[in-house]
Amino acid sequence: AGPGSGAFTMSPQAPPVAVFKLTADFREDSHPQKVNLGVGAYRTDDCQPWVLPVVKKVEKLIVEDSSLNHEYLPILGLPEFRSAASKVALGDDSTAIKENRVGGVQALGGTGALRVGADFLRRWYNGTNNTATPVYVSAPTWENHNGVFADAGFKDIRPYHYWDAAKRGLDLDGLLDDLEKAPERSIFVLHACAHNPTGTDPTQEEWKKIAEIMKRRNLFVFFDSAYQGFASGSLDKDAWAIRFFVSEGFELFVAQSFSKNFGLYNERVGNLTVVAQDNENLTRILSQMEKIVRTTWSNPPSQGARIVSKTLNCPELFSEWKGNVKTMADRVLLMRDQLKTKLQDLGTPGTWDHITQQIGMFSFTGLNPKQVEYMIKEKHVYLMASGRINMCGLTTKNIDYVAQSIHEAVTKVQ
Amino acid sequence: VACHKFSVVLIQVHSVTHNYVHDFSWWGGVQMGPPDPILGVTEAFKKDTNPKKMNLGVGAYRDDQGKPFVLSCVRKAEALIAAKQLDKEYLPIGGLGEFSKACAQLALGSDNEVLKTGRSITVQTISGTGSLRIGANFLSRFHGGPRDVYLPKPSWGNHTPIFRDAGMQLKAYRYYDPSTCGFDFKGALEDISKIPEQSVILLHACAHNPTGVDPKPEQWKEIAELVKNRNLLVFFDMAYQGFASGDIDRDAWAVRHFIEQGHNIVLSQSFAKNMGLYGERVGGFTVVCKDADEAKRVESQLKILIRPIYSNPPMNGARIATTILNTPELRALWLEEVHGMANRIIKMREQLVDGLKKEGSTHNWQHVIDQIGMFCFTGLKPEQVERLTKEFSVYMTKDGRISMAGVSSGNVAYLAHGIHAVTK
Repeated sequence: AGPGSGAFTMSPQAPPVAVFKLTADFREDSHPQKVNLGVGAYRTDDCQPWVLPVVKKVEKLIVEDSSLNHEYLPILGLPEFRSAASKVALGDDSTAIKENRVGGVQALGGTGALRVGADFLRRWYNGTNNTATPVYVSAPTWENHNGVFADAGFKDIRPYHYWDAAKRGLDLDGLLDDLEKAPERSIFVLHACAHNPTGTDPTQEEWKKIAEIMKRRNLFVFFDSAYQGFASGSLDKDAWAIRFFVSEGFELFVAQSFSKNFGLYNERVGNLTVVAQDNENLTRILSQMEKIVRTTWSNPPSQGARIVSKTLNCPELFSEWKGNVKTMADRVLLMRDQLKTKLQDLGTPGTWDHITQQIGMFSFTGLNPKQVEYMIKEKHVYLMASGRINMCGLTTKNIDYVAQSIHEAVTKVQ
Repeated sequence: VACHKFSVVLIQVHSVTHNYVHDFSWWGGVQMGPPDPILGVTEAFKKDTNPKKMNLGVGAYRDDQGKPFVLSCVRKAEALIAAKQLDKEYLPIGGLGEFSKACAQLALGSDNEVLKTGRSITVQTISGTGSLRIGANFLSRFHGGPRDVYLPKPSWGNHTPIFRDAGMQLKAYRYYDPSTCGFDFKGALEDISKIPEQSVILLHACAHNPTGVDPKPEQWKEIAELVKNRNLLVFFDMAYQGFASGDIDRDAWAVRHFIEQGHNIVLSQSFAKNMGLYGERVGGFTVVCKDADEAKRVESQLKILIRPIYSNPPMNGARIATTILNTPELRALWLEEVHGMANRIIKMREQLVDGLKKEGSTHNWQHVIDQIGMFCFTGLKPEQVERLTKEFSVYMTKDGRISMAGVSSGNVAYLAHGIHAVTK
């Protein structure tokens, strides 16, 4: 055995990431009626991935443009992308942007944006190199939120009340209570819209209450915005919470993903929008963001950012994109509507209003782990152990089978 | 010392009924970060209005007109890919499988026993930096030996902060001999012989950055032997395969020799330079393990490291690289083009030395020709570098490193003139 051999014999086999394992199991299943309601990617009514028509158009333009090359982007990313992305979140008429106190860090998807923000907070927030500040994530939340902040060095990651399983809705009292009790300066990860995995968002009035407490108690606002446009079909409506908090004067971060609303999953297009108090603060913040990026990936990938930038910065393409986004959002809304109707028609026990009240790609069905296991093993309908389903996995062709399967799971399995 | 900045209370009234009131910022204690020593050079270069300015800072290849060079094999690969109308679904955490395979084969040789027995794992990474960072994170978490990583003196500037941010500590072994502008073989062996067992030693596989000084094969053999005796974990950084000598197998010789000698290395690869895919961020990280079972376990842990940073890597560049490596005509074209880039650099080295002789320089500039790859460690001192920049608008890093890729037949004489002026 040579040197270095056996160096890693102690590395144990790590458990696979749940959502990817689900898809792997689905792939191996040969049942003719199998349905994948697992991983969060859009599907057409033929259950196919969908490359947005506007994306195809812009990609063609890029390939045919011989003036483009593959040179390094700046550390913080493509400037036209960063400004357009922040503008999409904050609005065309954003005062904060006009005041030159908004900056962007192009990142590898929403994950990368969260991570750069988390690394920055650990280094510079609430003192320096502070790993003790509590980070609050919703109960439940996207499972990688925990991973990102833990890996960035935060030692105290806590849940805040969010999903009320009994009423199948938002546990507002619990949430507000957690905000009141959290140590001052705690960091809160808020889902801007289309909460993952529950699909349950605060109303505008509820957001106002949340903001009031956060401001009073000096809590840090870190928005995760992975579904802008995808939730309601309207970019502005889906960004309401972000814009409200900005107008309330918060210095905040927004981790934006263009994976879903542009269908650019594998090109890793994200942006960390930083809203600072003034331009001087922003400049210092961005200079330190560069240091973080430089030792993580040096500079971000150009292809996806070019596609998004070209689209957002050209009125016709922007318009076409909004149409494509609405197409996706509308199909999801239709499936929600139909699923609820079918369950009600079947007389499935329980109330199913939450299916149409919830918004975005995901629905927290309320199925318990045993019922989920039944769905997977007996019906070959794959969903997360939490009961989360991806509405995009539903089609006009499989919705009857899925409704029937849920009905069976609920009536046969307690 | 964190200082709290209390800005003047600012009240803005606008059409919406919300007021904006601030008397405190979270970020008062955030210091202004210094410009990146390498990428900062390009920033400064851009601001210069001198028509004769030269950017010899960052290592990005330029053609003889000083323009970025998009390889034909890349354009052809892109056309092939576009025609396939592929979807944009997430890649696995470890990246495009075909890419990882081709990447490993390129480095190790497709007939390598390591690949045949499946006792290595290669994951797609965000170019070389991403690969080094994943590797550093992996060592930080799983390496049972000392936390020290030994870098050659000098090394790429970004190595130190990468390993540091991953939680490792940095030490150095002698490498560059300023008196000869060559390899301090004796010094290297002496220092390496003193490195505590199981420490990590980082080696540049070829075209050492920043010096361009590579050990000769006989020297590599001795280093491999010594490193084995010291029981050190070898971390190879190979960012210039093909770019150094023009021959991809020759440039990978050291990596393959070490593996042959029984070192289970870890390896970072970049396709930024040799395929000109800089901004697409294409790279790989490989761990050579004891056996296939260990490789599987290591793979699972690499995925756990990757997921909380960026979830999964970008497709575009990996697709291009894979298409080139796996399509015979494109691969052949690529090898030609890489050879062409390496040759142009070699020619510029020769022309620079000729130019310096013509200027009447009495210094020994042989090292400019002996050094290999994109960079040349001129031997210029910081004051001389500063003059070269201020008086001649020639931009380079403070350590005297110039990127030969930024030299062309149109500006080599000017460069010779400037270097002579500050060194005579």
